[in-house]
Amino acid sequence: MNGPPLSEILTLSAQHLELVLITIAIAAALGIPAAVYLARRPTPRRWAVWFANVGQTIPSLALFGFLLPIPGIGGIGQRTAIIALCIYALLPILRNSLSGILGVDVSVRESAVAMGMTPRQVLWQVELPLASPSILAGLRIATVSTIGAATIAAAIGGGGLGVFIFRGLAMADTPTILAGAVPAAIMALIADEVLEWIERKLSPA
Amino acid sequence: MLLRGTYGQAKACPTAIMAYCNQPVSASPILEIRNLSCAIAGRPVLREISLTVAEGETVVLLGRSGSGKTTLLKTVNGLVRPNGGEIIFQGRSAAAQDPIQLRRRMGYVIQDGGLFPHWTVEANIGLVPRLENWPPEKAAARTGELLTAVGLAPEEFRNRYPRQLSGGQKQRVGIARALAADPPLLLMDEPFAALDPITRFDLQCQFLELRRTVRKSALFVTHDVREALMLGSRIALLKDGALDLVLTPHEFLAAQTPEALAFLRSLDEPWRRE
Repeated sequence: MNGPPLSEILTLSAQHLELVLITIAIAAALGIPAAVYLARRPTPRRWAVWFANVGQTIPSLALFGFLLPIPGIGGIGQRTAIIALCIYALLPILRNSLSGILGVDVSVRESAVAMGMTPRQVLWQVELPLASPSILAGLRIATVSTIGAATIAAAIGGGGLGVFIFRGLAMADTPTILAGAVPAAIMALIADEVLEWIERKLSPA
Repeated sequence: MLLRGTYGQAKACPTAIMAYCNQPVSASPILEIRNLSCAIAGRPVLREISLTVAEGETVVLLGRSGSGKTTLLKTVNGLVRPNGGEIIFQGRSAAAQDPIQLRRRMGYVIQDGGLFPHWTVEANIGLVPRLENWPPEKAAARTGELLTAVGLAPEEFRNRYPRQLSGGQKQRVGIARALAADPPLLLMDEPFAALDPITRFDLQCQFLELRRTVRKSALFVTHDVREALMLGSRIALLKDGALDLVLTPHEFLAAQTPEALAFLRSLDEPWRRE
């Protein structure tokens, strides 16, 4: 079996990880505050969830295709890939954060207000800590699915392990395909375990 | 000073304590509700309610489900905004006071305790002292004092989480939390309704005992006449959002309005009849 050299596997794995981390950081930075904002506003919430749902139904290859010609955000390269991946990662983060915050027991929230906590204190000391297992679950789902979806980034020059997969497909060379697919699968499994461990550690008593 | 009594002592509930407790201490009102009206989604929930709570007195809001008693309680600490009328707390209009500061001077206890599940008993009780920036040692000492007062051994319960408590213990912690910063008024929304009758009676007795020592004013919502007669200095009966009557428990036993009679009938003990 002649696969690509180990050094290239490592380089592309690092690139892949970078794509995923940047994507999740941006999606979390948008999704969690959006959930906090939307938790108190039912009408915009319906629209936002609908929008995020629709975003997720667009096939990823098609989405990359749509984004390419758009000036400013489009073009070949990592940036376009990250924008597309963010659109996918946003839904699980937004939905889980929302259900976590909305799932806080009404009597607990009411007590917090009635004891004289400010809205900010209710959010930081009560709602977010109680929602944190759900928020983390959203991050975990988003991370694992982004590790998979990021292989398609190679189609528009985004780099990452997808490079092997597309190259292997073009050459009809199984070892090259596996050099992309196996590290991606391992990365997904490790990410799942690590995030689940953090989730358990942080879950409120 | 707080009561040093134990859980055991509270079990005996002499009527003497009741009689003593149920007398208002002074006539000066701590809370005055004037012509209060409230509508939720266009439907009137409270109609022109006027009621006072004197210093040291427990006024029980008695009524069926949907009579507006909980809504009335929530207008007092601003959880529900009234459409008309006025609330005067400690001589000043509540509307003119900062709601956050106002709420910290009113202890609040609800049916299932509303304890914060991610905090220990100590952190739960210490909430308002912490919000008010008490020094930690003072807050810790206060927690110990209060746990003893509600009949829980401090060293045993301090570090427990709410899920490690029984229903009755949760309510005790809920009451301790409401008392933490020594608020002049307690608002209690059916605090004992979800307990089994034996635990409920224990807590009702302890509440009387506590009142004898701490002399707090309280507005107490219940749908249980027995509880109203036992704990109230006065009973305010609500029917369809309006005040039906306000009487002492003794007078209430002889009340003649249809709603009062309906409640009194529920005290019947048919199994005692031959």
